[in-house]
Amino acid sequence: MKRLRRKVLGSAVVGLSGAAAFSIVAVVIVVMATIVVGGKDTISWEFLSTPPREGMTAGGILPAIVGMALRVLIMSIAGVPVGVITAVYLSEYAGAQSRLARAIRFAVNTLAGVPAIVFGLFGLGFFVQFVGSGMDTLLSDGTDLHWAQPNLLWASLTMALLTLPVVIVSVEEAIKTVPQDLRAASLALGATKWQTIWHVVLPNSLTGILTGGILAVSRGAGEVAPILFTGAAYFLPRLPGSLSDQFMELGYHVYIMATQSTNVDATIGIQYATTLVLLTITFMLNFSAIFLRSRVRSRQMR
Amino acid sequence: MTTTKTENTKIAIRDLNLHYGSKQALSNISMDIAPKNVTALIGPSGCGKSTFLRTLNRMNELIDNVRIDGSVRIDNVEIYDKQVDVVELRKRIGMIFQKSNPFPKSIFDNVAYGPRINGIHDRKRLEEIVETTLKRAAIWDEVKNDLGKSALALSGGQQQRLCIARALAVDPEILLMDEPASALDPIATAKIEELIYELKQSYTIVIVTHNMQQAARVSDFTAFFYMGELIEMDSTKTMFTAPTKKQTEDYITGRFG
Repeated sequence: MKRLRRKVLGSAVVGLSGAAAFSIVAVVIVVMATIVVGGKDTISWEFLSTPPREGMTAGGILPAIVGMALRVLIMSIAGVPVGVITAVYLSEYAGAQSRLARAIRFAVNTLAGVPAIVFGLFGLGFFVQFVGSGMDTLLSDGTDLHWAQPNLLWASLTMALLTLPVVIVSVEEAIKTVPQDLRAASLALGATKWQTIWHVVLPNSLTGILTGGILAVSRGAGEVAPILFTGAAYFLPRLPGSLSDQFMELGYHVYIMATQSTNVDATIGIQYATTLVLLTITFMLNFSAIFLRSRVRSRQMR
Repeated sequence: MTTTKTENTKIAIRDLNLHYGSKQALSNISMDIAPKNVTALIGPSGCGKSTFLRTLNRMNELIDNVRIDGSVRIDNVEIYDKQVDVVELRKRIGMIFQKSNPFPKSIFDNVAYGPRINGIHDRKRLEEIVETTLKRAAIWDEVKNDLGKSALALSGGQQQRLCIARALAVDPEILLMDEPASALDPIATAKIEELIYELKQSYTIVIVTHNMQQAARVSDFTAFFYMGELIEMDSTKTMFTAPTKKQTEDYITGRFG
């Protein structure tokens, strides 16, 4: 009797956990299949290389792709160095008991938990209305509105803030994997702490730093909320030419076509295809991060 | 403070104490280390010999909560003085670690690391230094055709000799070796010992070793540490044949440790 119960319980657990695992895979397959099936007829070279036409019911998504690429590029240029420097401070300079380091870690964890929309509002309040109007006042006596409006720069900086925790945490992990022996060898040769960091620690965690950067980019690429108020444009067929231009963006493009278009039915194919492009880019970024990380791991094994 | 005879003393240690937090790791060590000789530090695990070695190039400062008092003078200059630049100090003192730790760079770049951080970038000059030091570390013939190859591809013994070459490349006066052969097989160990014998013509060498035979083979002086104290120090011959302290005799004859 007891044995039977144990047996039933055992197979129930196997069955349930198997079903749970399978349902995850199933969801991915269903989502991917829906998107691929819905978008495959719309995807073409023309779709990728031309701006939208006819009230966004036809044409392509080139400005949205370029907008996302630029946003991600500026975000990385602004965010990754700050993240790397913070991680270097935390792991190399701050002592284990340091109050400042603990405060920074607490701030990083808090930042990681802040909802994306809050970052968007912060970007609007801080970058657009405070920094932007400050710049306008300084540069043109506040007569014309140039920086005090949503644009590519403010959206990218807001994104950089959002992804900063990802960069800091993964770079710190990468720096920790550099063996203490190597630091000691460098210091014993009369290298300064900074020379040791520059010539030994950073080169040996380069792949980890890249992984962190890519993860941050892929995290940022999928977010729409932070750029809603800080720079994304509803429709802008021309490509952004300067940092103070607004821009189109893949995720936002899907959102407005699904909710704001005058002819939603006509845009369905475009919605699927845009989502497919967005997902493909994000997946490619994630896979390259995984690839780099596995290379780091295999190097450590040696 | 005791005045020291400079001609016969490279490093003079007086009343050295070291605490890790509240735990005392070294108590009242006083010792004179002779120039161009090999001084071996022996004693059971945890007796403080490695800690002592690291006080000589101030590597203990990398650990949190270390407190050091007392005096260490090299060529009659107090190395714990505030004016002393620890970076300059470490350039004069090479260190070889228990586990060979070449940088994951080419053989050439490993040896050239020290000269480069000292501002030598002229390729010809670097090539000269690399060749001389690899020869001095008795590894030139084995690697001269593979200078561009990763140092990690070398065997353990070769890596350790490469690390010695790397330390020699900054032209130190003193070499500190922390059990340099404990991870090596007997043949590689013999090569390192031979090398130590060669190097003492030009360098003052302090070596920590677990291996009594090794201490007897390579050193001119031997110091026996126990529980953070220097029990006895004398010429190696005297230490191994007629030690004055019973603890030393017990340890050397293998009765404990």
